[in-house]
Amino acid sequence: MELDVLLFASYADAFGARQARVSVSAGATVSDVLQAVLAQMPGKQLPRAAVAVNQAYAPADARVNPGDEIAVIPPVAGG
Amino acid sequence: MRRSALVERALDAARLEAEVAHGGAGAIAVFVGTVRDVNDGRPVTAIEYSAYGPMAERELERILEEACASAPALRAVVEHRIGLLAVGEASVVIAVSHPHRAEALRAVETIIEELKQRVPIWKREHYVDGTREWVHAGSSQVTC
Repeated sequence: MELDVLLFASYADAFGARQARVSVSAGATVSDVLQAVLAQMPGKQLPRAAVAVNQAYAPADARVNPGDEIAVIPPVAGG
Repeated sequence: MRRSALVERALDAARLEAEVAHGGAGAIAVFVGTVRDVNDGRPVTAIEYSAYGPMAERELERILEEACASAPALRAVVEHRIGLLAVGEASVVIAVSHPHRAEALRAVETIIEELKQRVPIWKREHYVDGTREWVHAGSSQVTC
């Protein structure tokens, strides 16, 4: 399935856009999606990121579904 | 009572303080986070804050919900500013009130610590030499 993934901060800069499209198999997990995003940025040095599904942090083994709002969350620095 | 927001204008701590004030409050605690002129020895001229807006607002709301659950009489408001901020400007204001000071002080500390850990907000520091860098303090790197 094709999924659009939102990117922020250093990930958006490294990718050159605020959204990436990835292709993953049915039953793919959050971890699979993150790996697919990283595979599109070979050679880039990036901080380890978390992933949010539908605006909440999701564990690496959570399944993703078509239509989910998926976002890569690099280390946050609010405050 | 609780309220949180991301805003793109200057923050007004006095207004947030007034928002949580009421006759039952024995203590009001206000925290103001400001842009510092140096980080890790490098002179900073400004900080650019950006956010995953909808999730940041939801996460702020969850943090306030948790704070109010552990101190039911708490009133709490938090505003975080997004955009380009100059040195000395406020990036975040947290105001809480509670009948007792211990709970008020504890709530402010918990809210700012949780905010820094969880809320999807990022900052890019602008340095005197014209360079800019994302702040990912203490994070490990992955090489793709």
